Amino acid sequence: MEFFSKGIIYNFMKYARVFVATTLLLAFVSLILVFTKGFNYGVDFVGGTVVQLKYEQSAPIDKIRDDLAKDKLFAGALITEFGSPEEIVIRFSTVSDSVAQDIGDHIRTLLKDTGSFDIRKVDIVGPKIGSELRSKGIISAVLAMIGILIYVAVRFEWKFAIASVITLLHDITITLGAIILFDIEFSLDVLAAVLTLIGYSLNDTIIIFDRIREELEETKNTNFSEIIDICVSKTLSRTIITSLLVFFVVLTLYVFGGEIIHGFSFTMLLGVIIGTYSSIFISAPFLTLIGFNVEKYKANIAIKEKNRIEKNKMRSQYEKGTV
Amino acid sequence: MLSGKISYRLVIFVLAIIFGVGYSLPTFLQSDKGAKIALGLDLQGGLHMVLGVQTEEAIKSKVKSIASSIKFFAQSGDVIIDDLKIDEEMLTFTLLDKDEEKKIDEMLKTISGLQVSKESLRYTLTLNDKEKDLIREYAISQAVETIRNRLDQFGLAEPNVSKQGTDKIVVELPGIKTAEDEQRARELIAKAAHLQLMAVDEKRKDRTTTMSPIEAAQYGDVILPDARSEQVKHILKEIPVLDGSMLSDAKVAFSDMHQPVINFTLNSEGAKIFGDFTANNIGNRLAIVLDNKVYSDPVIRERIGGGSGQISGGFSVKEAHDVAIALRSGALLAPVTLLEKRSVGPSLGADSIQASSIALISGFFLIVGFLILYYHMAGVFASFALFVNFLLLIAIMALFGATLTLPGMAGIVLSLGMAVDANVIINERIRELLRQGIAVRQAVEKGYENAMSAIVDGNLTLAVSSVILYVYGTGPIKGFAISMLIGNLISMLTAILGTHGIYELLMSYIEKNHSIRFWFGMKKRGH
Repeated sequence: MEFFSKGIIYNFMKYARVFVATTLLLAFVSLILVFTKGFNYGVDFVGGTVVQLKYEQSAPIDKIRDDLAKDKLFAGALITEFGSPEEIVIRFSTVSDSVAQDIGDHIRTLLKDTGSFDIRKVDIVGPKIGSELRSKGIISAVLAMIGILIYVAVRFEWKFAIASVITLLHDITITLGAIILFDIEFSLDVLAAVLTLIGYSLNDTIIIFDRIREELEETKNTNFSEIIDICVSKTLSRTIITSLLVFFVVLTLYVFGGEIIHGFSFTMLLGVIIGTYSSIFISAPFLTLIGFNVEKYKANIAIKEKNRIEKNKMRSQYEKGTV
Repeated sequence: MLSGKISYRLVIFVLAIIFGVGYSLPTFLQSDKGAKIALGLDLQGGLHMVLGVQTEEAIKSKVKSIASSIKFFAQSGDVIIDDLKIDEEMLTFTLLDKDEEKKIDEMLKTISGLQVSKESLRYTLTLNDKEKDLIREYAISQAVETIRNRLDQFGLAEPNVSKQGTDKIVVELPGIKTAEDEQRARELIAKAAHLQLMAVDEKRKDRTTTMSPIEAAQYGDVILPDARSEQVKHILKEIPVLDGSMLSDAKVAFSDMHQPVINFTLNSEGAKIFGDFTANNIGNRLAIVLDNKVYSDPVIRERIGGGSGQISGGFSVKEAHDVAIALRSGALLAPVTLLEKRSVGPSLGADSIQASSIALISGFFLIVGFLILYYHMAGVFASFALFVNFLLLIAIMALFGATLTLPGMAGIVLSLGMAVDANVIINERIRELLRQGIAVRQAVEKGYENAMSAIVDGNLTLAVSSVILYVYGTGPIKGFAISMLIGNLISMLTAILGTHGIYELLMSYIEKNHSIRFWFGMKKRGH
C-alpha cells in the first residue's frame, strides 16, 4: 500500500503567510484565554481534596449532597458522576493537615447512611505542595527547552534551534488554549500529556529540519522556500503515517481507557493534531521568518568542511611523521 | 536455504532479544525470582503521603530538656536557683547565691550551642542559630528513622519512608487494603509518643478547675487533661522529672482486671533520676503523661528502684499494641503534618491496570496491523522490532528497579511511538530510493544511512529533555521522564540495528525474489 507514491512537491510556502498568520492568531487567542479565563487547575496544582467513591448501587447523589451539607468543611463541594452511575467524585478546596485524622475519614463517617460504598481514592494536596508542583513543573520545562535549544544548535545551527523552540512554544500555547476552551481540568495527567505531545511535535520538527539540512548539502538551489517545499513534501508521507498511527493509538486510549485517563487521552488527541499541523506548516516557515540565509549557511558549512579537511591533513602528516 | 550475512548488527539484536526475554519474564510471570517492575501506588493501590515536620517544636522541646537538666543539676549540686521559666525558645532563671556563679557557669558550658547572657544574677539562655539548624536537621532525620521503625514493627509489607528535600518526609505504604487499616497506620505515624513523668503540684491541686493556663505558667505549672475525660484536669509542674528519651523498652501486658496496659522500663540514667525523685517525694503524686494527656497519677509510697512503670488507661488491645510500638521506636521530636496524601484503593488500581493494558494491547495491534498492511514484510520486521523494543523496555526497567506509574506508562507510549516512527522513516527512505530505480541492496543500505541522522537527532533531543525533566522534575514527571529516556535509547537500538540486521541476513534472498511488493509493500518500481 502506498499513499504518497507520486513524489509531488506541494507548494506550502506560497501559503506560508496564511499559516503563520492563522497560527499567530490562534496563539494570541490562546494567550488571551490563559490570562482571562485561566486554567481549571486540579487539586494537584492548587491544593484541595478529591474523594472518589464507588457505591454498590447507583450513587444517591442528592442524599450525599444533603449529608455533606451538614458540615461546613464541605461547603462548595462539587459532586459529579465518574464514568458510571455507581461512581462519584467529590471535590472541595478544604484540606486538613492532621496525619492521624483526615478529611477522608471524616467523609466516611458523614456518609455512613448513604448506602454501602468503597472509598477508591482520596487525594489531599496541601496548598504548599500544589504551588511547589506548579513552579517545579515550569522550571523543569524551561530548562528542558534550553537543553533542546543547545542540542539543536550544536547539531544543526542556532537558527534551527530557535525555530524549533518557537514551534514548541506555539504548540504548548495552542494546546493550553484548547485545554481551557474544552474546560479540561489541568491535572498531573494532563501535564504528562502536554509533555508527551511536546516530545512528538519536537521529533516531527527535527525530522523535517534534518531533511532540510541534508537537502542543503546536496542541492545547488539557493531558493530557501523551494528547498522547504521539497523537504516538507518529501517527509510528508512519514509525518502523516506516524501522526495517524499516534492519533489512532490515542483514540483507542480515549475510547477504551476509561474515565481515569480521559484527561490524558483527550489532551493527547488535541495535541497530536496541533503538533502535526505545526511541524508541516509552521516550523520551516519560521526559519525564513527569523532570516535563515542559504548562502550564509553554505559558506559556514564550507568553512567547517575546510577546517575539517585541514585538520585531517595535519593529522595524517603528523602520523606519517612529516611534521 | 538462506545464505545470508550475519552482521554485528544481527548479533547485537539477537543478544538484545535474549536479554529482553530473559529479564522481562519475571515481570510477566509475576514470579518471586528475579527483578521485576514494581507497580506504582497509583496502579497497585496503597497510601502515599508527604509529611512536613514542625521543627520549631523540636527546638522548644530541646529548651525544655535543657531546663530539666539545669533543675536536676541544681538540686543534686545544692545550687539554689529560682524562677526557672521557659518562654517559647528562651529560658530564664535567677541564681540566688553569687558564690555558686562559677559552678553554674561551668555546667552551662557543657551544653553545646547555648548562648548565655547575664544581668547580675539573672540568666537568659537561648540556642544559637547553628544549634537550631542542627536540631532541625536532626528532628527530620530522627522522624524518618522513627516512622520507619514504627511501620516496620506494625507489620505491613514494604513500607518506604524517606526524606524529600530539606524538610519533608515521604511515606509510601503499598498493600493497605481497607480505610480502617490506613487510618490506624496514619495514627501510628502521627503519634508523638511523648512520655513524660511529671510531678503533681500538690500546693495548688485544689485550684485545678479555677486556674487559667496563663496563671499556671506563672507558677511554672501546666494544666493537662485526663486521658479518660477532657473535662478532668490535672495541675503539674511544667518541667518534667524525666521523659521518654530515657525509655529502654515498652511492652503490652494485662492488668489484674484483664485490661491491656503498657509496661515500660527506663534506662540506667532514667532509673537513677526516677529513684532519686521518688525517694525525695514520698507522699506526693507522680503523673504519667503521654502526649499531653494524664493517664494516671499514683501517690509515691516509697522509693522506686529498678526504673519500671506502667501506663494504664482504658486502651483497646490494638491501641495498646500501637502505643507500645510508638514508645519503643521513640518519640517524634517534632510533630508531623500532612502536606499531601494520595490513597488509592486496590480496586481502583486494578481498574487502572486493566484500562491501560487494554489500551496498550489494542494500540499495539493497531500499529502492527497497519505496518504489515502498508509495508508487508518490511512491516513484519518493524513489528517484530517493536515487540522486542517493548520486551527490552520491561527488562531494563525491571533491572533498574523502576516503578511503573500512570505517567510512566505515558512515557512508554511515547517511546513506542518513537520506535514506530523510526521504522516509518527508514521504510519511507527505502521506498524513495526504490522509486528512483536504485537496486534493492543499495536502496536498503542508503535508506538506513539517510534515515540515521533524523532518527538519532529526534531521539537524542528527546533524551536531552527527558534527562533534564528527570533531574529537575518532581515525582510523576520523574516517572514519565525515566521511562521515556530508557524507551528512547532502546528504540534507536531496535529500529536501527535490529531491522537492519534482518535485512542483511535476508538480502541475497530478497534480491533473488524480486517482489518489491512482497518485501516493501510497493506496487512497482519507478524509473
